[in-house]
Amino acid sequence: MRERVGDHMERMGRSAVAGIAEFGLGAVLFAQSIYWIIIGHRRAQPVRLDAAIARCMEVGIHAVPIITLMSLTIGIMLAIQGIYSLRVFGAEEQVVLGIGMSVVREFGPLITGILVAGRTGSSLAARIGTMRISQEIDALSVMGINPVRYIVAPALISMVVMVPVLTFWSSIVMLTGAGWYIGIDLGMSAAAYIDRLTEIVKIGDVWHGLGKSVLFGILITLVGVINGTLVSGGAEGVGKMTTRSVVISICAIIVTDMIFAFIATRS
Amino acid sequence: MNQPALNRMPSDAEVVATPAVIEVRDLITHYGTRKILHGINLDIRQGEIMVIMGGSGSGKSTLLNALLGLLRPTSGAVRILSQDLNAISDVERTKLRQKMGVAFQGGALFSSMNVLENIMLPLREHTRLDRSTMQIMARMKMQVVNLAGFERLMPAELSGGMIKRAALARAIVMDPRILFCDEPSAGLDPVVSSAIDDLILSLRDAMGMSIVVVTHELESAFKIADRICVLDKGHILTIGTVDEVRNSKNERIQNLLNRRTEAEILDPDEYLKRLTAAGA
Ligand SMILES: Nc1ncnc2c1ncn2[C@@H]1O[C@H](COP(=O)(O)OP(=O)(O)OP(=O)(O)O)[C@@H](O)[C@H]1O
Ligand SMILES: [Mg+2]
Repeated sequence: MRERVGDHMERMGRSAVAGIAEFGLGAVLFAQSIYWIIIGHRRAQPVRLDAAIARCMEVGIHAVPIITLMSLTIGIMLAIQGIYSLRVFGAEEQVVLGIGMSVVREFGPLITGILVAGRTGSSLAARIGTMRISQEIDALSVMGINPVRYIVAPALISMVVMVPVLTFWSSIVMLTGAGWYIGIDLGMSAAAYIDRLTEIVKIGDVWHGLGKSVLFGILITLVGVINGTLVSGGAEGVGKMTTRSVVISICAIIVTDMIFAFIATRS
Repeated sequence: MNQPALNRMPSDAEVVATPAVIEVRDLITHYGTRKILHGINLDIRQGEIMVIMGGSGSGKSTLLNALLGLLRPTSGAVRILSQDLNAISDVERTKLRQKMGVAFQGGALFSSMNVLENIMLPLREHTRLDRSTMQIMARMKMQVVNLAGFERLMPAELSGGMIKRAALARAIVMDPRILFCDEPSAGLDPVVSSAIDDLILSLRDAMGMSIVVVTHELESAFKIADRICVLDKGHILTIGTVDEVRNSKNERIQNLLNRRTEAEILDPDEYLKRLTAAGA
């Protein structure tokens, strides 16, 4: 019995150490990417802008349809739910207050983060994992092309640029969806709705949401890259780490979001 | 080319006079706690084709990775063109790697680029040539490996032999001093495989490259090698010319040459006896 407890402890200890090691790897990757973005030119090894732009298309433009659809749905859902619960107090008119704040500060960044983690984080992990197995990463290294500069830095740039853009779009669509339903249910005019919104939502709230989404973008990239580099053992390994990357980055996003919300409401 | 052209079997005097482009000293590597290479000493000389042979799991790929600086040794040194691969700075290593070309076993072509872009990539990253010049240079190398006309194909659309040739073209596009080939002819039909052997020979003859080839194809090894290094369980059994290796009296080498290793591994008792006999 004691042995089994010992085993268990040891396994926990080992995965804790592995977790910390992965965390450290993430920090190193992030620092190296920044290094290459800043120093690359001076060493005649710039981070390619065309690669970053291509990634931006992939991360951003191609994600617009799904993010629009989801955001519209969630916006309407929030309005339905908000009016339903506020009706208990006869305070339906206050629905804009709740929705405006929570969409811009929470739902926009969160929904975008989760969708991007599922779309782009997973494909990043799969791409890097496949490149590792087929020795493409080794090939880059022996060509004197730093893989962090060539793969990670453009991915990071594209995420840091596109996740906030998508978040902004997502928030606008959500608010539109909510406004549409509120207009139908409570007969509030579009002008009145927008008036209410601009009264409630301060520019600081917008920045809060966008700032958070930048952080999500960085998290998704690093988690994807790390899981990609940890791939071993063929196609099955790629599948396993891809799934793992999605689960971990969504967890990381939600935990970060909670910490952010806690700190932000305190100050 | 101002260095003397080597004939197939250089005389001893010539051999001593040719400088080493790769020096491996007491190289020991581990995977985790498992010792894989047990103190390798190996010189690869200017303009020679060195074939590294050995059974499966003998450590060929591990040695190659150590030579390429992809695997950090536990101890020992790898000097390439007189520079210690694991002691120099990143900047110097990047420069050094531009003098090395590698054709990986599976080709390692970038799947998102077509053949021409793949071959052009080292030029794009390391030179300031304009695009059309780079294209001409890449096309020239494609001509060398007999791939002209396939520029626009994606790696997924290539056959096994074409992948190997494209990988070779990419490896030589910067005109490296040293070329590494991992299993260049494995899994190919005899005609294609023989064509690749000829290609490797002509690269050495025409461009004076020093070439390291990892292979387990005996026929190909005997055809192209100036010298053969036989690995066994992380030790070097012998380094010698084709004839020296072929006529070796060493039992393990003969087993390897006669492909008896697999049968041997299947018989644990016999295997154990051999092991203890070798240690004694
Ligand atoms: N990534 C790794 N992690 C742990 N052990 C490894 C790893 N790669 C290789 N090994 C071990 O190192 C030893 C040598 O492997 P290596 O790949 O160098 O053999 P090889 O001579 O190239 O064989 P093959 O002809 O089959 O490719 C093997 O026993 C293998 O189990
Ligand atoms: Mg191997």
